[in-house]
Formats: sequence, structure tokens, C-alpha cells
Amino acid sequence: MQTEVNQRKTRGRLGRDVQSKIGQQLRAMYDDVVSDGVPDRFTEMLRKLDEGKETEQDKGSNG
Amino acid sequence: MTLNPSLRDAMLAAVPSLRAFAISLSGNIDRADDLVQETLLRAIANIDSFQPGTNMSAWMFTILRNLFRSEYRKRRREVEDTDGSYAESLKSHPEQNSRLEFQEFRAALAKLPPDQREALILVGASGFSYEEAAQICDCAVGTIKSRVNRARTRLADLLAIESSEDFGPDQSTRAIMAAGGRG
Repeated sequence: MQTEVNQRKTRGRLGRDVQSKIGQQLRAMYDDVVSDGVPDRFTEMLRKLDEGKETEQDKGSNG
Repeated sequence: MTLNPSLRDAMLAAVPSLRAFAISLSGNIDRADDLVQETLLRAIANIDSFQPGTNMSAWMFTILRNLFRSEYRKRRREVEDTDGSYAESLKSHPEQNSRLEFQEFRAALAKLPPDQREALILVGASGFSYEEAAQICDCAVGTIKSRVNRARTRLADLLAIESSEDFGPDQSTRAIMAAGGRG
């Protein structure tokens, strides 16, 4: 109950608990994505780029 | 030029939070992953301009942010509807947006001006200092501070308006809030 009153009172000036709730939500939303880790798509892409470079270099050094 | 394995590892290590940043900016997972991919390619192509010993993550955030900015400006020229388009895209393609449980919060975030949104995320979620965020956004530290403050005030307003009684969709947050209210 107290929280509701506080929220209404602080519409103009941001209350400390409103601010910390925003922070919590923001981090929860963000960390939810971070917890996916690195999707295969990106590790694969870097691996292919590396391989591609190596084959190009091989071709170059043969000439 | 072959990418140094330690640099490649540092790049990959930055990917999870780059994605979180990109999704927060664009509101769309597919676009976010394309942005991250483009960021990786640019980072690799420009690795010579990376100063060893500096923060790889901050460097890549700068690249991603600039990519998003130039794309946003381009779209803004093409599409007249400047404030509404992003919010609309959230509404019309809910299945493309990430986790449903954060939808309300994301919708509110989407209503912030891009300057404020990115500042809030960098400082409030990515964990960058005001100084680092200022570097990433290429502006003064004071500017970042005021953007973050305005973003918080606006979000508090938006969320209070959209759900007058409870804040945020999940129970645990509400429990934390209740505990905080008593103290």
C-alpha cells in the first residue's frame, strides 16, 4: 500500500524505490538475453572466416 | 591477415551483451542478430584501429551503436512516421520480439527517444561507467547523465500509466518491491 502511494506521489520527481525497480527490470530484461551466450551463428561465422583466410593464404603462397 | 585468437575470443566474449544491447535498441531479435553480425565483420575488418589493452567490449559497442544509428537515420528519411514506427513494429510482430515476460517493459522502453534509450541501457544494464558510455555515444559525460535521468523519469511515468497498480509483469519483482516498500 505504501508503495502505491509513493508511486503516485513521485510522478514528477523520481522516488528511490521506483528508480531501483526500473533498474531491476532493465537488468533482468538484458541479462535474459545475455544468458543465451554466443549463438552458433557467430562462432561458425568466425570459424569460416578463419578457414577462408587460411585457404586464400595457401593459394597465395603456392604462386 | 589472420585474426589473432585472443582478439577473436575477446570479440566472441562481447557477443552476448552486444546482442542484449542490439535487441534493446532495435526491439527485434532478427535485426539485432544482423547488427551483431555486421558489427563482428566491421570489427574484424578494422582490427588494426583497435588499441590493444583497451576495452574490446566498449569498442564493439561503439561500432554497433554507430551501425544502428546510421541505419536508423536512413529509415527515418524513408519513413515519415518517426516516433510511431518503432513502437508499431513491436505491436505488429510480437513473435519476433524477445521474451514475452518483458514485453511491457520493452514497449515502454521503445517509447523513449533513441538517445535516452541507449544511454539508459549502457549505464543501467550493460554496466558501463558514465565516462565509457559517453565515449561510446560520442558525447559529453554530463549529456549521458541527463539522458539517463530523463529516461528513468519517462519510464517511471510510462509504466505507472500503463499499469497503475503493479509494476512489471513478474511476481518476484513485485515481491522485491513489496519488501522494499516496507523498509
